[in-house]
Amino acid sequence: MNGARLARSKRMNAMADVKVIRTAAETGLAHAYAQARDRLPGDDAIAAQRAAAFDLFAREGLPHRRVEEWKYTDLRVLMREAKPLAGPPDAAAKARAKSAGAILGDVECRRLVFVDGAFVPELSDTAALEPGLRVTSLAAALADADPTLVDKIGRLAPANDVAVALNTALMGDGAVIRIGAGATIERPLHLVFVAGDKPVATFMRSLVVAEEGARAMLVESHEGLAGNDYQVNAALELFVGDEAHVDYVKIIGEGAEALHISTLAAAIGGRARFNAFTFTTGGAVVRNQLFLRFDGEGTVAGIRGATLIKGRQHADTTLVASHIARGCQSRELFKAALDGEAHGVFQGRIIVRPGAQQTDAKMMTQALLLSERAEADNKPELEIFADDVQCGHGATAGALDPELKFYLIARGIPAAEAEALLIQAFLGEAVEGIEHAGLREALMEEVAAWLGARG
Amino acid sequence: MALLEIKNLHVAIDGKEILKGLDLAVNAGEVHAIMGPNGSGKSTLAYVLAGKADYEPTAGEARFDGKDLFAMEPDERAAAGLFLAFQYPLEIPGVATMTFLRTALNAQRKKRGEAELSTPEFLRKVREVAGKLGVNQEMLRRAVNVGFSGGEKKRNEVLQMALFEPRLAVLDETDSGLDIDALKIVADGVNRLRSPDRSTVVITHYQRLLNYIVPDVVHVLSRGRIVRTGGKELALELEARGYAEYQQAAVA
Repeated sequence: MNGARLARSKRMNAMADVKVIRTAAETGLAHAYAQARDRLPGDDAIAAQRAAAFDLFAREGLPHRRVEEWKYTDLRVLMREAKPLAGPPDAAAKARAKSAGAILGDVECRRLVFVDGAFVPELSDTAALEPGLRVTSLAAALADADPTLVDKIGRLAPANDVAVALNTALMGDGAVIRIGAGATIERPLHLVFVAGDKPVATFMRSLVVAEEGARAMLVESHEGLAGNDYQVNAALELFVGDEAHVDYVKIIGEGAEALHISTLAAAIGGRARFNAFTFTTGGAVVRNQLFLRFDGEGTVAGIRGATLIKGRQHADTTLVASHIARGCQSRELFKAALDGEAHGVFQGRIIVRPGAQQTDAKMMTQALLLSERAEADNKPELEIFADDVQCGHGATAGALDPELKFYLIARGIPAAEAEALLIQAFLGEAVEGIEHAGLREALMEEVAAWLGARG
Repeated sequence: MALLEIKNLHVAIDGKEILKGLDLAVNAGEVHAIMGPNGSGKSTLAYVLAGKADYEPTAGEARFDGKDLFAMEPDERAAAGLFLAFQYPLEIPGVATMTFLRTALNAQRKKRGEAELSTPEFLRKVREVAGKLGVNQEMLRRAVNVGFSGGEKKRNEVLQMALFEPRLAVLDETDSGLDIDALKIVADGVNRLRSPDRSTVVITHYQRLLNYIVPDVVHVLSRGRIVRTGGKELALELEARGYAEYQQAAVA
């Protein structure tokens, strides 16, 4: 028995050794980097970061199912080819982008618009910035090598994540925002990412620094055309200072054939408030990563999300929340409604470091299977290295409760409408965590629209 | 013609026959009580009338206002005026009571070809009905039945009944788990709806509720059949003597 296992593990190693055979996508990415490295923005320090990040990719290749963190989202299989890097957007793409971000409805935001990964000033609202607010594009900040703006790039990116490494190696543009100490920015900041009609790849990196006591709301939305199989890799490094209050919402509404990988890497200071919400409806393959670090004491955070997918969509939300400082409270709640043959993945890990006594962290993930062929994988994990903490997690997956459905139908509500009400209620529990009423309503309307299209 | 007419109804659940040839006719304006021991098929009758899945009739028929009841979907039955007050009303987290009531009422109206109520019209109607039944506004603001006491849940059932104004209300053990005050409120709600063109079927194990909702006809259900029918005095007789003789009779 042992002998057989040993033999198999040797064979596995042998297979690992021959992995130098690259997939088409890996070869394509290496080619893209070789072609672009000399014209990508940034000084020598940035170029060195890019090179180190690319080395990680060159060593590891695309993440696959034997890499635990990517077990359910095997990029070697799901990413068949690497699309060419996007060029500057044309006039037609820019014209279409004017109506992008409509999902926010009436919520009045300061819009920063990116088309095919490039900042478009004429579609963006950078006039009359509130006191304390600085806004620029990553490309401009890197070209100016403005150290007050770019010194934090790469600080929060997890060192061993290949998707983030590719983003670092190939980052072209993004938003760079600084909210000065004590500044309150009433108008939500909206990063509008729009893909044009070309099957290209974009690598966007943004940096947001909310200094001590700052208050702001940040929305990031991604969308594109249904018939275009483009690829998006977007990363945001977010610094939330002590006593700051930041609300963050990410809306992944990509076109039906898109491959979308996005990462939020955040460091949160002490006595701060931080809420994050990720909303996923679009894309053929979505990997939504959140790496959060609670660095200061006494912070209260709500990390939530809702995923609504159907057909053959695949959406993976992977969360790592590290409690480093003592006395922080975090609540994690992720809900998914999966229809058709959709595959929903949630991996959530809460880490409590030795110094993080009196951590209060509770994570819940729930998947609603709306079809017999839908699949949910939930993997909650706790890693606790402190002895005086309250931590818990739970995971459920199942169909709509037929008893509840019958109660509604017996009151005269047609079956489809009864299901819609119950699904709305299920997802609503997560959406309710968004503090901004307008955004909450906009997303609930989007839920209703999704349910309406379901028929 | 009877508003509800059931002939030779057989119902099996998971292959086990529960109703075994039940006959029942309820005329418009009448209140019928169906009494019987546990396991006699009382709740099965309630569910098969409302159209619950897995409660499929295997033989017999039921006509509601002349139409084939079993040919109608459950929501169509509700729109046609059939209401089931659940023995165990369900808690529906995340669905506001007001949203639920409005969605249900307007769905029924739409199916009947009536205009849907606007928000102000609906609110006026709900407040009026709630006021009469002593249901406080705070209860209406919560999610459907979530955190409600047993009595509040039953009161919510009666509120829905009063709001939807059904032609036929079937009350499945509405008295179970109620104290005497809650019982009076529920009975009061039912009595308010009594009219020459509405009927009520009260399913109960105990006679107690029938002190407050006085029936025109009392039936004894045992082993899946109506084994005796009489006036309101039959309920008192059952209270005094129990169901033992009917259970034995059905066996023999």
